[in-house]
Amino acid sequence: MADIPATSAAPAPSFVLWRKRMWFHAGTAALFLGGLIMVFPFVWMVSSSLKPTDEVFDSNFSLIPRTFAGWDNYTKVLFEQPYLTFLMNSFIVCAGILVVQLLTAVPAAYALAKLKFRGSTILFGAVLAGITIPINVTSIPLYVGIVRVGLLDTYVAMMFPFFISVFAIFLFRQFFKTFPDSIIQAARVDGFTEIEIILRLIVPSAVPAIAAFSVFSFVAHWNDLYWPLIVVQSQDKMTATLSMLQYQSAFDNDYGGAFAGATVITAPMVIAFLFARQLFIRGITMTGVKG
Amino acid sequence: MASTAAERAQARLAYGLVAPATFLILIIYIVPIAVVIGMSLTDYTLISDYYEFTGLENYTRMLDEEPFRNALWNTFVYAAFLMPLAFGLGLVIAIAIQERQQFRSILEVLYFLPVTATLTAMALVWAALMDSRQGVLNGTLELVGIPGLNWLGSEALVLFSLAIISLWALIGFNMVLFLAGLTAIPKSLYDAAAIDGADGAIDKFLKVTWPMLGPTAMFVAVTNSITAFKIFDTVAVLTQGGPNRASEVYLYLAYLEGFEYFNMGYSAALSLVFLAIIFAFALLQALVIDRKVHY
Amino acid sequence: MAELSLTDIRKSFGDTEVLKGISLTVADGEFVSLVGQSGCGKSTLLRIIAGLEAPDAGEIVIDGQPVNDLPPKMRNIAMVFQDYALYPHMSVAENLAMPLIMARLPLGARLPLMRLVSPRHKAERPGIMADVEKVAAQLRIDHLLDRRPAQLSGGQRQRVALGRALVRDPKLFLMDEPLSNLDAKLRVQVRKDIAELHDSSGLTFVYVTHDQTEAMTMSTRVALMQSGTFLQVGTPNALYTQPERLDVARFIGSPEINNLPGEAIAGRVHLAGRPLDLQVPVDGPIQIGIRPEALAVADAPGLIFPAELDRGHLTELPFKKRLLEDLGPELVLHGSFSHFPDVDIRIRAQKSSKFRLDGPTASRTDLDVLVDPDMILVFDAQGERLTTTSRMQPVEGVA
Repeated sequence: MADIPATSAAPAPSFVLWRKRMWFHAGTAALFLGGLIMVFPFVWMVSSSLKPTDEVFDSNFSLIPRTFAGWDNYTKVLFEQPYLTFLMNSFIVCAGILVVQLLTAVPAAYALAKLKFRGSTILFGAVLAGITIPINVTSIPLYVGIVRVGLLDTYVAMMFPFFISVFAIFLFRQFFKTFPDSIIQAARVDGFTEIEIILRLIVPSAVPAIAAFSVFSFVAHWNDLYWPLIVVQSQDKMTATLSMLQYQSAFDNDYGGAFAGATVITAPMVIAFLFARQLFIRGITMTGVKG
Repeated sequence: MASTAAERAQARLAYGLVAPATFLILIIYIVPIAVVIGMSLTDYTLISDYYEFTGLENYTRMLDEEPFRNALWNTFVYAAFLMPLAFGLGLVIAIAIQERQQFRSILEVLYFLPVTATLTAMALVWAALMDSRQGVLNGTLELVGIPGLNWLGSEALVLFSLAIISLWALIGFNMVLFLAGLTAIPKSLYDAAAIDGADGAIDKFLKVTWPMLGPTAMFVAVTNSITAFKIFDTVAVLTQGGPNRASEVYLYLAYLEGFEYFNMGYSAALSLVFLAIIFAFALLQALVIDRKVHY
Repeated sequence: MAELSLTDIRKSFGDTEVLKGISLTVADGEFVSLVGQSGCGKSTLLRIIAGLEAPDAGEIVIDGQPVNDLPPKMRNIAMVFQDYALYPHMSVAENLAMPLIMARLPLGARLPLMRLVSPRHKAERPGIMADVEKVAAQLRIDHLLDRRPAQLSGGQRQRVALGRALVRDPKLFLMDEPLSNLDAKLRVQVRKDIAELHDSSGLTFVYVTHDQTEAMTMSTRVALMQSGTFLQVGTPNALYTQPERLDVARFIGSPEINNLPGEAIAGRVHLAGRPLDLQVPVDGPIQIGIRPEALAVADAPGLIFPAELDRGHLTELPFKKRLLEDLGPELVLHGSFSHFPDVDIRIRAQKSSKFRLDGPTASRTDLDVLVDPDMILVFDAQGERLTTTSRMQPVEGVA
């Protein structure tokens, strides 16, 4: 058997310890430095949104505005320009999508998880296949269809492709699968109807999954650019994300105002994240695919 | 075997529950996919109702045409730069944060913040930071004596600049996935390794962390490649494929063909090739995730 | 072979003081168990001995050498973990080889792929594999060397964990609740294996458990811990028969010791108002501990009670039986004395071949129970043990 040298020639332990501690602190410092780099664009954006236009690109860069133009910039963005409409449009679209997604996915997922019926395998297969299909693939026929029925540039058109989330069906099915059958059977014995079982047992138990999915769905559609870019034509249906693209020309002349607009559009998700950090992290990383 | 009344009742209920979802899957997924496949075999354009069946012409056109190869190559270069960095930095940061539990919350916030932010808006901020004349980035470089770069305006640099923006938005995402993987490693394994003599950073990483992180690492690698392949927003906002189509990536090309030039047939074919690539990634992922993890 | 000595070990996590000045010497070849409820600090103490945790104060000496500043690998110790901590991605052979590879090969030769090119790796490999096979044969796991931990049963994993500890030929063997993940039957088997391993290897063992039975059956000495201090350190027999505190008496022994309030009047112990033939050096309320096997049932055919029960100075108390547990060779009677209806009392009795479940002993509920003053442990109101003397013979508790 092995003989492990009790004390091979090692440097003085206190020095080893000291060196280890120094590396540790250096690592901590590097992490925080990296963290500051990560948030710098936000800081720069907010700082610029408080500056008059000619100061944003001043060669003497300073985080603190020399002339405070924040009041002007933000009143302009919020009251003279239609940013509030854009935010409202984004909110309507995201909320509408989420409500329909939950209403269609939860019952379907329950049936797939706990009920026996012919065709369930085919339906579940379609769900699995659907998960891998991004909107970019089906956008052409969906667009053509929307044009044909004359719904272009409406809220319905903006929401329609996302009314069903196959990912939600999959996620909730996996979640419901783990719900003990014995409780469902006990509830049936106690005289619950099937609808009551869903509403009073299953849905409350799934609140964590529903919450995480809601964050996922809301953030994904709030940040989506691709589909609004295709179906939105008029300014009064424009979403917050899309406005960034359309208003890019405004950047040529009104930098302060433009970054105030960018701040207003970024703020809801960032603030919500700061308030519900764990829920956001769980929701956004749920699929593994970002964006 | 005849089903009981209870089973029939259950099936009836099930059909009621799945009906709305099934209908929507039909009209949002199945019918459009069928239409895309059909359309990709035609020269359909939105402008005229007249179209012809052209067989596989759209697909052979892809192979012949420079824009397709250009877009594929651009996407590949972008991904080849983005993915190793996003993977490596995400992993290193996750390990470093895992060892500093007392700062975990604040660091998680700092690194994850870009993930939540609306990329379209932040892209404009990045464009300003990367401005070749007055941007902070070049200002900083010049401060240390490096001449400034034309980040988004140069054909040679634009893909790397876009990758840097994506990197910024992706690191926190990978970090969180890696952190979850690291947290799941039993602490006693590190203790056992320390007693066995694996107490240095390199040995700990090689003998415990990396092998135990295997499934997470594969998951991150595969899903990152899908993410990278789907780049669209920053291109649409910042470069519109320019300069001189140097940043025309795959999805942006498909978008241009379909919704700017209304070459719906050709765009449909592009979409299906895109889907095939995504499918390949998804298949890889399914194979990897299904492979039994060690215990 | 090694002696372990701990002097005034202290450790706090934040505001919680987990170890409050622990001192202990473990002699060469001893098997010392650290026993206590979860949170008593026993695992922390073991981790400090291993070097996985640094004490806030105090000294750890192994074989005359202070090891406070040495990392675990230089302390010549081995450790078996509660969840075995086997490397799931490595075969059994690789698991067993790990400590040897880490000790015998330099970092350069341990890097991935280096096994193919490193001459050191080539040179050391046969020796390492020979040692691995030797230990595997010793633990009867040599047929499992190619498997992964996931393909092993709980008992086999346990053996691999033991093997990984043994293979490095340690001076000191540390075990952290190694039996808690095994089922009851296997636990008895592995308990025997570990005791045999201790006998045959002659190594020094420090063993952490919350299960007093494990500690009592394997150890040469048991250290009973509570909230960061030792309540008592001694042989299993000493802890059982001569507990220094009521807490010790209650922790050690199953079924638990019976605990009744009593009174000392003029130095004489009174139980249920009756004077017992027992003197204590205090007056006032006291606590009386009686082991379940130290009580006897009067007129109980079919039950055997200790022969040394001296009928002459026994006290008889009326007892109401509520439940009878038949454990095969013995019985446990549950009930209470009529004087203390709220205090659960357990009586353990051997069955003789004459015992019948439908016989008179089993069917009666009102019994008379005999208390032998010589078998009683007396504690003061704070739970400290009191010295007792009896008319018959001056004894200190039970002999």
